[in-house]
Amino acid sequence: MEGNYILSVLVENHAGVLSRVVGLFTRRGYNINSLSVGTTQDESISRITIAVKGDEQIIEQISKQVSKMVEVLKIKVLREDELVCRELALIKVKSTPKTRGEIMEITSIFRSNIVDVSQNTLTIELSGNRKKLNAFLSMVEPYGIEEISRTGVTAIERGTNTLKLDK
Amino acid sequence: MKMTGAEMAVRTLEKNGVSVIFGYPGASNAPFIDKLSFSSIQHCLTRNEQGAAHMASGYSKATGRVGVCTATSGPGATNLITGIATAYMDSVPMVAITGQVSTNLVGKDAFQEVDITGATLPFTKYSYLVKDVSQIQRVIDEAFYIASTGRPGPVLIDIPVDVQLQEYNYPERDVKADARGYKLIGKANESQLRKVAEALKASKKPVILAGGGIVVSDAVEDFRRLIRMTDIPSVHTLMGLGVLPSDSEKNFGMIGSHGAKWANKIFNSSDLVIVMGSRLGDRTIANAQGLEAAQKVIHIDIDPAEIGKNIQPLIPVVGDIKDVIAQLIPLLRGYKADSAWVKEAKDIRSKFTMTAVSDDKGAVNPRYFLEMLSKKIGSECILTTEVGQNQIWCAQHFTVKEPRRFLTSGGFGTMGYGLPAAIGASKAVKDGVAPKLPVIAVAGDGSFQMDLPELGTMCQHGTPVKIIIFKNDRLGMVHELQHNLYKSNYQAVHIDGSPNFNILADAYGVRNGHACKNSEVDAAIDEMMADDKAYILVVEVDPFEPTLEKFDESRKA
Repeated sequence: MEGNYILSVLVENHAGVLSRVVGLFTRRGYNINSLSVGTTQDESISRITIAVKGDEQIIEQISKQVSKMVEVLKIKVLREDELVCRELALIKVKSTPKTRGEIMEITSIFRSNIVDVSQNTLTIELSGNRKKLNAFLSMVEPYGIEEISRTGVTAIERGTNTLKLDK
Repeated sequence: MKMTGAEMAVRTLEKNGVSVIFGYPGASNAPFIDKLSFSSIQHCLTRNEQGAAHMASGYSKATGRVGVCTATSGPGATNLITGIATAYMDSVPMVAITGQVSTNLVGKDAFQEVDITGATLPFTKYSYLVKDVSQIQRVIDEAFYIASTGRPGPVLIDIPVDVQLQEYNYPERDVKADARGYKLIGKANESQLRKVAEALKASKKPVILAGGGIVVSDAVEDFRRLIRMTDIPSVHTLMGLGVLPSDSEKNFGMIGSHGAKWANKIFNSSDLVIVMGSRLGDRTIANAQGLEAAQKVIHIDIDPAEIGKNIQPLIPVVGDIKDVIAQLIPLLRGYKADSAWVKEAKDIRSKFTMTAVSDDKGAVNPRYFLEMLSKKIGSECILTTEVGQNQIWCAQHFTVKEPRRFLTSGGFGTMGYGLPAAIGASKAVKDGVAPKLPVIAVAGDGSFQMDLPELGTMCQHGTPVKIIIFKNDRLGMVHELQHNLYKSNYQAVHIDGSPNFNILADAYGVRNGHACKNSEVDAAIDEMMADDKAYILVVEVDPFEPTLEKFDESRKA
């Protein structure tokens, strides 16, 4: 059954690891919908979060290929709804003294923050799932979006389960 | 004890049991080559780095040991690439050591600089760029460990020239290899194996498909025992040649696009297929969807990613074939394949014949030649092939009795593989790490010319090879393809301008001969095998001799 899956991958924090993992996707013909990377509580380990769409067989094949890589320490594949998923967006919106108030109101409804302001723009920091981000964007679009910078999705499993190395 | 990075590398290679490295020098691996000369390791100079990689590959295939090759940075390193990819596709354990430009020049497009770890990423099992001299010992130990365990494969180590020259206190104690993300596959899951045993017992027409994994896992004897015990008809892939002797009654032949008709028929008539150590590539299984739909595949492999890649099996088993067979045998005590099915399989086999006719058409029939060769030397040799028609004829008509005696580029299909691989195998024979057998390289006149300069390597290092060149003045495989699929529009397949191979052999001081008719074959083989020196036998073959039976039949009609 086709669905949206998140691969959470713990890898060695070495130069070139990301390009290996991403290269594997290209090589094997799998599409990455979104990608984010960061270090974990253990500095020698990075965590890569990859969002992919596909049926179970393809996802299993991807996960086995990724798992086989020497730098990959652990991998967990979950459906999007089993995780808390977040993206971060920085959005620069056109503003005038007249519209500034309205935009600030929308910003507060979405529980997002204004992180920079100028004569003609407001820069808003917003985090949430994709739906929330898209809803916000459609609200501010009429004012004129000057620039958007979005991260890929990062995710963590709901409940008590954790992804870490067995000691 | 203070020593340079290059010395540490050489020491660590010695510690890992390396006795020969095939390679080519340059500025960036010069410190390494320098220190190598003071060690117990021989350096075998080739004529092109590609030859070095293939020699390491042939050496490894003949022995099961890790083959080692070296090249300098830039073009030296890129010349290795085809050989590394060839090794990767056939799961050959190999360590390739490349020199790199000095650390301060990396990324500056320096003279002879190339990102070789990046370039080889898709077809190495792992690779290292060593920027810190203190890591050399650990990296090399790890590289051998990774290359030789699990599903083997090539590992590349790129060492900048300044790192080779830096001094460091060589740790006398063993440095522990530390690839914590490297997953070794242990024994197979018992409950999965019980399912296999149940499925077998329920099956009326089981077949085992033997792949190269059985050879890699050193499980040939175990496999033969399993077959003797159960009588299950066994077919094989190209890489599975020699798992059972080709002339064994228990062997029902090679399947696949260029396999035996009867083997494919038996395979297709089965109701259960146990795949052992094969990735079910497209040349083995043409109709993967059909096989998957038949719901009859049990797939046993050490590489979890191979299972479900080409075919979703009914029962997946992840494990080392040697362990799996040992675990399976007690579960199958008392089991025998249905004798009616075994008889049916034998009947299918006996209905077909692949014996070559000794028709004399003013050229040698290569099938006839190979059968004669096989018979005359009792298959006592290590045979390498090139890629093309010669490879298929060998697989079909040369009787391979033991594993590691039929060396061919199966997965990658690399022309130019056979001669250097044979030199590598010959080196292994010379050094006493492979059985004392003559090494024979079968080539076409096209593929022979791909790595022809390695004749010099063969002569220089006293590594004799009996080279058989099937000469049809064509790139025969493509010629056949154009006949079958492109309405005989023969394009770019005529290789006029080739040298007289006998004069060429003379130029290298290699004894040589010539056979133009079937009636000359017997004497020509005797002459070639008369001593243990190198020999080049030029065999004129009919350019229309096919590899596919389809082609065959149309000609008879």
